[in-house]
Amino acid sequence: MSKAVVELPPKGGFNFDLCRRNEMLLKKGASPPSFRKTGTTIVGLIYQEGVILGADTRATAGSIVCDKNCEKIHYMAPNIYCCGAGTAADTEAVTDMVSSQLQLHRYHTSRESRVATALTLLKSHLFNYQGYVQAALVLGGVDVTGPHLHMIYPHGSTDALPFATMGSGSLAAMAVFESKYCEGLNKEEGINLVCEAICAGIFNDLGSGSNVDICVITKGHKEYLRNYRVPNTRAHFSSKEFTFPKKTEVLLTKIVPLREKIEVTEDGDAMEE
Amino acid sequence: MDLNMNVDAPHSMGTTIIGVTYNGGVVLGADSRTSTGMYVANRASDKITQLTDNVYVCRSGSAADSQIVSDYVRYFLHQHTIQLGQPATVKVAANLIRLLSYSNKNMLQTGLIVGGWDKYEGGKIYGVPLGGTLVEQPFTIGGSGSSYLYGFFDQAWKEGMTKDEAEQLVVKAVSLAIARDGASGGVVRTVIINSEGVTRNFYPGDKLPLWHEELEPQNSLLDILNAPSPEPMNI
Repeated sequence: MSKAVVELPPKGGFNFDLCRRNEMLLKKGASPPSFRKTGTTIVGLIYQEGVILGADTRATAGSIVCDKNCEKIHYMAPNIYCCGAGTAADTEAVTDMVSSQLQLHRYHTSRESRVATALTLLKSHLFNYQGYVQAALVLGGVDVTGPHLHMIYPHGSTDALPFATMGSGSLAAMAVFESKYCEGLNKEEGINLVCEAICAGIFNDLGSGSNVDICVITKGHKEYLRNYRVPNTRAHFSSKEFTFPKKTEVLLTKIVPLREKIEVTEDGDAMEE
Repeated sequence: MDLNMNVDAPHSMGTTIIGVTYNGGVVLGADSRTSTGMYVANRASDKITQLTDNVYVCRSGSAADSQIVSDYVRYFLHQHTIQLGQPATVKVAANLIRLLSYSNKNMLQTGLIVGGWDKYEGGKIYGVPLGGTLVEQPFTIGGSGSSYLYGFFDQAWKEGMTKDEAEQLVVKAVSLAIARDGASGGVVRTVIINSEGVTRNFYPGDKLPLWHEELEPQNSLLDILNAPSPEPMNI
């Protein structure tokens, strides 16, 4: 009897084969392996009056969380913000660079910046680097032509959609959006939906975590809600303070604050030639 | 089993794109799925982009490459129109696409179909596949889903169709490819270009015809098992 092995193409979706084995192992007392975390959840959606952007706040270096509360929603222009996923250095650098270019352009043209301008500057920069600048962005803003929301991929392609998600938690967030998004949401519904989507990423994606940041942009007005929701507060604090080992003799106690506060006074002598 | 969906893969458009001439103009059609690896990044993308008022291009292959090429050609055509003083011809648009695709063939991975109407030649379709050849054809297909349509077009294509016949042919063809090709899906978008102007149409999933296994099973074992006890055969 010949054994026919059919090569199946790789399928998407969850594979449940090992669940029973895992249960058996847990019963026997084996501890589950720890997770390796990489990534982000960033989302954007267009609502009645404008655009709402959302992001988690975890930055990872390999398998360590290096920043528990970083800012992933970057300023581009007074009416345009950009969420960044991927290599943190790349997203910071590319959004800073385009933000400066936009400001120069504003001085040149004496007009409010348009989302399409930011989009073209970002996409041509990323295309020129052929995907080596690993920055996946969700760009949103409101300009004279109305509210806009775009996704920009590391290779330089862009998509324009009414709702967008990027990052490792994008699948979890997209599941929330696909089931609950509709056109013409009001501000409260929009913020709640974005919060839910980011929380879906925070709790179900191993690469996202900590808090939810939200930015609401409407015509002529923006609201940057830093740490809008904090679902992961530290639960356990040690009740004991720091104590030296018993036989130590404390000779001197000196407390130096890490940051000095410097007062700047406005009046003073002006510079003279 | 490989569970890695590879959401970091470059954005590519699996795609089915079609361009068809008819008596008086052209019909361009495309699906709407953009994938990164196994994840559908955009289920409602618009692959038929405008180059000028009377010339459109269907994009397939790498999303970034095709967007950049069509952006450049739109810019060149705009300048050309200003210099020429009248609308650009479809042939010029197709040649600009070809020049970019051929000169950068090592770095680009995109197949394009240029279609439009001008007053000299009427409706024309030009195919610019990978590598940058330029071929003028009465109809052409492209993208990963096109493999399933060669036989269909050999049988169904005829000269001198009317506008509605041509559009129905394109919609039927794209929906057939969507049924068979995993990298094509979503909605069917068509653009009709003729002397009167441009008409964009949109066919959502539920308006498309169903094919083979999507249809209800007929005379299958399921019907027989569920049926009341059958009559015994009489000899």
